[in-house]
Amino acid sequence: MLAKRIIPCLDVDNGRVKKGVNFVNLMDVGDPTEIAAEYQKQGADELVFLDITATNEHRKTMVDIVESVSSQVFMPLTIGGGVQDISDIQRLLKAGADKVAINSAAVSDPQLITEGAEKFGNQCIVVAIDVKKTNGKYLVHTHGGKKATDLDAIKWAKKVVELGAGELLITSMDKDGTKDGFDIELYQAINQVVNVPIIASGGAGKVEDFSEVFKKADVDGALAASVFHFGELSINNVKKAVKKAGVTVR
Amino acid sequence: MFSIVDYDTGNTRNLKKALDYLNIENELTSDKSKILKAEAVILPGVGAFKAAMSKLEERNLVEVLKQVAKKKTPILGICLGMQLLFDSSQEYGFTNGLGLIAGKVEQIPDKGLKIPQMGWNQNKIIQNSSFDSVKDQYTYFVHSYYANCDIKNTIAAVDYGIKIPSIVQNENVVGMQFHPEKSGSVGLKLLKNFQEMVKTNDFSSN
Repeated sequence: MLAKRIIPCLDVDNGRVKKGVNFVNLMDVGDPTEIAAEYQKQGADELVFLDITATNEHRKTMVDIVESVSSQVFMPLTIGGGVQDISDIQRLLKAGADKVAINSAAVSDPQLITEGAEKFGNQCIVVAIDVKKTNGKYLVHTHGGKKATDLDAIKWAKKVVELGAGELLITSMDKDGTKDGFDIELYQAINQVVNVPIIASGGAGKVEDFSEVFKKADVDGALAASVFHFGELSINNVKKAVKKAGVTVR
Repeated sequence: MFSIVDYDTGNTRNLKKALDYLNIENELTSDKSKILKAEAVILPGVGAFKAAMSKLEERNLVEVLKQVAKKKTPILGICLGMQLLFDSSQEYGFTNGLGLIAGKVEQIPDKGLKIPQMGWNQNKIIQNSSFDSVKDQYTYFVHSYYANCDIKNTIAAVDYGIKIPSIVQNENVVGMQFHPEKSGSVGLKLLKNFQEMVKTNDFSSN
C-alpha cells in the first residue's frame, strides 16, 4: 500500500526560504538547497516550494532554485506560486520539478489545467485551492487568499480534476496558522467527489493532527510549514505517531 | 561511460543529476554509435507507451537497443522505460515494445485505489539479485500501467490491489517501475547497485 506522505512546505522569497527555519546544523540558514537536503535526511516524503512574491524576476530565481535543489536532493518536488501559463510550467519541470501547483491561474484560465495535463501528463499538474468558510459555504480564494471568489470549493475541486488535475493541494485558510488541527470536514467532503490524491494543508500543530486527518479524511498527504521549520515537530516524531495510530508511513 | 537514451521523453535530466551526484560518468545521447559503445545503457521515460515507441523508431533506436541487449551490455529501463522493455502494451491501443523481457504492459486493474499509483510503496523481494538492498524499502512510483510478466523475471514487487513488479530482470536487462532518482537514499543505492552489476558483469538472480 502507498505510504501517507508528510510534506514540509517552504516559502521562498527572492531565492531565500522566508519563514525562519531554525535547524541548528545549517551552514546557511535560508538556503533552499541546504534546507531541502536536511528535510530529506529527516525523512520528508516530498517537498513543496511556494514562491510567495512571484514577480517576473523572482520566477527566474525559482527556476535556478529548482535546478540546484534537484541536483542535490532526490525526492519529489512540487513548485508553486505565481504560475501563470504553460511556459512557466514547462520551465519548472525542465529545471527538475516533478509537479507544478497552479492556484489563481487555474481560476482565471481553467484551460491551463487541461493544456498542462495533455502536454506533460496529469501526474505533474497539481491544482492548489485556498478555501475559506463564508456563511456556511466553502469558498475558493485566490491571490494568496486575498481575493474571494464565489466558487464553491467542493464543486471546484471536482471540476479541476475533470479538467486534468492529477493532485489537489487544499489549504484551509480558517485553520492555517491556528495549530488546532486540519479541517477534517473539508477533506472528507472533497474526498467524496474526486479520485486523485489530496494533500491537506493548514492547521497542523501536534502529531495527533496528522493521524487524525489521515484516519478520518483519508487524505494522501499532509503538509505543514512552521511546525517543522521551527522544530516544534520533527518529521520523524510525526511519522512514529502516525504509524502507531495504524497509518502506513515510509 | 553510461548512455542515457535521449529521445525527447519527459524529464531525463533528473536521472542525469542523480548519476552525476553518484559520480557515475554518463551522457544524454541519441547517437547510435555512442549507445552501442556504452558500458551500460539507461532508458528513461515519462509519458505514454505508444508515443515513446514511435519516438524511438523515429530515431532508429529500436534496433540499436535490441543490439545492445544482444551483446549483453547492461540495460536499465526506468518507469515507462522499463515498460518499453516488454513485448507489448495496451496503452492507447496495442503497441509492440522492445521484447527484451517476456510480458505485457496492462492497465492497473481498478481495485478501488486511486490511479495513477502515485507515491511511496514498499518493495518485497521475490528473488535475490544485485538489487537486494530494496528489501522492505519504500520507493517512489508514478504510473497507471504495470508489467504483467512471469515471476521468473520478477525481482521485487509492491502491493497495489494486485502485485505489481517493481524490479524486473532478464539477464543483462533490468527494469525499475519506480523512479530511483526520486527515491532518496534507497534509490541512489539501487543506482549504485546497477553500477556494481555493470562492473562485475554478474547478472545472476535466484
